[in-house]
Amino acid sequence: MSTIRVQSPGLSTTVQDLGRQGFGLFGVSPSGAADPIALRLGNRLVMNAENAAGLEMALVGGTFSFPEGAVLALTGSDFGATLDGLPLDMWTSVNVLPGQTIRFGPTQSGARCYLCVHGGIAVRPFLGSASTQILSGLGGFKGRSLRKADVMKIGPQTQSFRKRAIAPQASIELSRRESLQVTPGPQTDWFLESSLRTFYAEKYRISEQSNRMGVRLEGTGVLQNQDQRMVTEGVSLGAVQIPPEGSPIILFVEQQTTGGYPKVANVISADLHRIGQLRPRDYVQFSEVTIETARSLLIEQEEFLSSKEIILE
Amino acid sequence: MSIEIDDRVRFQAASDQSLLVYFGERITLDAHQRVRGLVHLLKLEPIPGIRNLQPGYHSLLLNFDIEKLTHIQLERILRGYLDRITISALQPGRMKQIPTCYGGEFGPDLGEVARLHGLTPAQAIELHASVTYIVFFLGFVPGFAYLGKLPDALATPRLATPRRSTPAGSVGIAENQTGVYPFATPGGWRLIGRTPIKMFRPDRREMNFLAIGDQVRFTPISERRFIALENA
Repeated sequence: MSTIRVQSPGLSTTVQDLGRQGFGLFGVSPSGAADPIALRLGNRLVMNAENAAGLEMALVGGTFSFPEGAVLALTGSDFGATLDGLPLDMWTSVNVLPGQTIRFGPTQSGARCYLCVHGGIAVRPFLGSASTQILSGLGGFKGRSLRKADVMKIGPQTQSFRKRAIAPQASIELSRRESLQVTPGPQTDWFLESSLRTFYAEKYRISEQSNRMGVRLEGTGVLQNQDQRMVTEGVSLGAVQIPPEGSPIILFVEQQTTGGYPKVANVISADLHRIGQLRPRDYVQFSEVTIETARSLLIEQEEFLSSKEIILE
Repeated sequence: MSIEIDDRVRFQAASDQSLLVYFGERITLDAHQRVRGLVHLLKLEPIPGIRNLQPGYHSLLLNFDIEKLTHIQLERILRGYLDRITISALQPGRMKQIPTCYGGEFGPDLGEVARLHGLTPAQAIELHASVTYIVFFLGFVPGFAYLGKLPDALATPRLATPRRSTPAGSVGIAENQTGVYPFATPGGWRLIGRTPIKMFRPDRREMNFLAIGDQVRFTPISERRFIALENA
């Protein structure tokens, strides 16, 4: 069986697939890739099912060697990867020979880069998913971020290398991250009119405190029109919750499943993947759309992702 | 947890892929039972396209596949379920004991909580252990059960600044709630003790020690007993 050896892990590298749905009754959030579209496309480049497990790197990538070789693809943000010292293209399948090493550096664009390998990363699934949930130490590779000298197994490789690439226009469009479209949240009417105007006018700065649980924003606070007492309730992925001091937090893939802060808005499904590429000190602006628009945007996005033109052979 | 019945049901879009159903606007035992009843019915008769159910005190959040369902369609289907919620058909919750070592290093906020309410620490412990709590729902992190109702004489606001890390097994209180932290996580609840019981056991078939609707009592134990149970 082929393996991946971790020579250096990078800042926070985890095994992720598309997450585990349907365990809310246990308090278990879906987790999964922060930029699921990058993972899905990477998997398609290496002839995997879209849900296969890959490596998710955040901000600074690691160094990995492949003693038996592998077919892989890098998607998401450009971490300046090199293969035995030579620059390696993103968004394309690559045949790595036995003994070769890939070295990643700091990001040159957004927050996360994905390494997808033909056969997928083989880990024991937890509740049907290979995704790591760091906070609770569940799933993925030993329930944690990778460390130096870890050795991961690669799943069965059934096909031989084929050169495939994502159409450049597609990767550019998918990588935009300066704005997020939202629908109103369940407590939007708890907030001051003037605060809601500010919320949509402000360019919020992404805080260094952001992680897979939540993306914290810095900027003008959003204030409630009166002191209403919130009863803890289920919270959606991409909910923009407002703690008393007013700075928004976008609940993300490893989110708490319930919460007691009011939500002013919710990022639309078609833009959730963009949250995963927001990095500290980026600026982001919200714009409001209706639920009907949000639905058609997702349907369009899925049609685009499944169209033939997106993958070049 | 008033006995007064509030029959109003309210539907509210939470996002483009989720819908909240509210049973009244306050925490009541009746609202809790109707949440449980709807969850139960949705397990017996699943709606195609529903991906996740997340109960709260008086609400249920349904996450769904927006390529298969719209909010309006889902609301219409759910209205057909509401009339058929039969609380009498619900299994009575299991009785569960949570042995807890109160105070000291395990419960650093016990003294402060007691002082705020004009009690001695021993009285605060007695009060916390005197009530049978109900698991309203599990949320926050895997295995975290929201337990109510904490006696008013102990109800205490959250810490102004949450702790960056709360040890696993910590027993906390916040307002009229109490609960046990299953993992070392950040937390703003006031910590009054710790249990050696593992609240979330991923290696077992039944992973969560507590489930929605269970009845729970805390039993005070000594530090020696805590250590014995922890190593058992």
